[in-house]
Amino acid sequence: MRDSTFGRIIREPMGALGITLVVLIVLGALFAGFTGYNPAKLAMRERFLDPSLSHLFGTDHLGRDLFTRVLFGARIALGVASIATSISFIGGLLLGMIAGYGPRWLDSLLLLFFDSLRSFPTVMLALALVTLTGPSLGAVILVVVLAMLPGYARVVRAQTMSLKSSEFVLSARTLGARPWRILAIHIMPNLSGPLVILVSMDNPVVITIEAGMSFLGLGVRPPTPSWGSILNDGYAFIRESSWPAIAGGLPIIDPRLRRDG
Amino acid sequence: MKPLLTVNDVTIRFPAANRLAARLSGQPRFIEAVAGVSFALEAGKTYALVGESGSGKTTLARAIVGLVPTHGGRIEFNGERISGLSENRLRRVRREIAMIFQDPLGSLSPRLKVRSTLAEPFTVHGETAGIERKIIALLEDVGLPAHFAERYPHQLSGGQARRVAVARALALRPKLVIADEPTAGLDVSIQGEVLNLLRDLQAKFGTTFLMISHNLNVVRHVADRMAVMYLGRIVEEGNTAAIFAAPRHRYTRALLSANLKPDPDHSAPLIEVEGETPSLLKRPSGCEFHPRCIFSLAVCKQQAPKEQIDAGHRFSCHNPG
Repeated sequence: MRDSTFGRIIREPMGALGITLVVLIVLGALFAGFTGYNPAKLAMRERFLDPSLSHLFGTDHLGRDLFTRVLFGARIALGVASIATSISFIGGLLLGMIAGYGPRWLDSLLLLFFDSLRSFPTVMLALALVTLTGPSLGAVILVVVLAMLPGYARVVRAQTMSLKSSEFVLSARTLGARPWRILAIHIMPNLSGPLVILVSMDNPVVITIEAGMSFLGLGVRPPTPSWGSILNDGYAFIRESSWPAIAGGLPIIDPRLRRDG
Repeated sequence: MKPLLTVNDVTIRFPAANRLAARLSGQPRFIEAVAGVSFALEAGKTYALVGESGSGKTTLARAIVGLVPTHGGRIEFNGERISGLSENRLRRVRREIAMIFQDPLGSLSPRLKVRSTLAEPFTVHGETAGIERKIIALLEDVGLPAHFAERYPHQLSGGQARRVAVARALALRPKLVIADEPTAGLDVSIQGEVLNLLRDLQAKFGTTFLMISHNLNVVRHVADRMAVMYLGRIVEEGNTAAIFAAPRHRYTRALLSANLKPDPDHSAPLIEVEGETPSLLKRPSGCEFHPRCIFSLAVCKQQAPKEQIDAGHRFSCHNPG
């Protein structure tokens, strides 16, 4: 079964491209330390080098190897994506189940909370938050969680409410099962499937948010490499060399492809 | 002998779907799905609730097991009030009352193996000692081989799923089992098997059954007493044999005449019932069956008939048969 799913994805051109990119990025992130360069070490004599065998993507305005920086950027991107989506997944699952199964007033309260969070444009939310906390990786994760969690919670809530009146839940109730048992044993296993799909579809969006925030200088602090900050540096120095902008921009386009694939 | 379960003048209300519209149009803001129903169940017997869809049978059953709150009246089990109890105080009673739901597959948790489904009553009530043995014994009770414990609900046929549901209901040896359409969605041959199974288990454990059905052949086969419901009220109640032999209420008559007999030469006159069940939002005046009753008199439109009792056979009709 797994084989055939994989086979089907691989046969689609977009799917094959997507999988290749995912594998490349994950491998790149894993082996980022093996390029022979320090992503933060300055080498002022090697600024704006064009791509060559020793610098696959060239170097940036401080002479840092762009290839290494992009790979380390993948680490940040994937790290933020996995941490933030896990938190939103778990939080959305818990809050959604409470809203869907709990008393009416709690449901209304949580809905108010979800909907007011969702009504903020992500970038505005990011700006406001960073004003309060200062730019950091934690702020990026917080923004992503706040942007993603309400959506998941809403989906979970709707599902929980329909499961709540299904006969297998009612029969568990007539047996005398307590609410937490019903939620954990009868409702949660029937929710996680759709939610996992939703969350993995959103992974690229999370990566774009991270890159976007770093581009605006709201995310990770220099000299830590991130696709967004690489792109921003490239953008600032685009008159000297276009390579940094390309190196920072390419991987950000890629999540879009993967999402479609 | 004291009845095991008494339902006394029970009313169950639901808010109307659209309260604002209801208020504007002057319709009631509540519908009474069950309106003043009384009956008593003797221990060790089978009682059947019969009626069309929407007559309140299932709602009443759900109220007895505490899934739906009652609005008026009193439900007593074993001489103890169980209506209006908190979830915590109900838990003790729930050990004694089990329910089998309509949908054979839908009442089994889809991600749980049969083993876990059958283990649930024991774990919920903290009786985990020897659980493995008990599960096998339960499967045996309902005539399923032990390896079925490893199956998921989607790997079961309708009849097998029903047997699992029966096994779960009987796990804690409850005094009362409420079976909502125990034969719904099953082939005729399997229907018979399930009914025989229930009867055998009743003989073995002395369980009392409250059965909900619109299959009159089933009711005749298994029930000692029965009640016919129409629009949330009991219109006729009595011994099954007496009702089948001589139904008094016109609605019961029509219901029975619509019941096919397994005899190709038999041709009973069909009593026609016109129109559809009236909306619970707009109950007819007087006798609520009068708009559909071909025997209705002038008085039927104005006055609700009083309940008459004739040797333990109750009915409410102005022009009884």
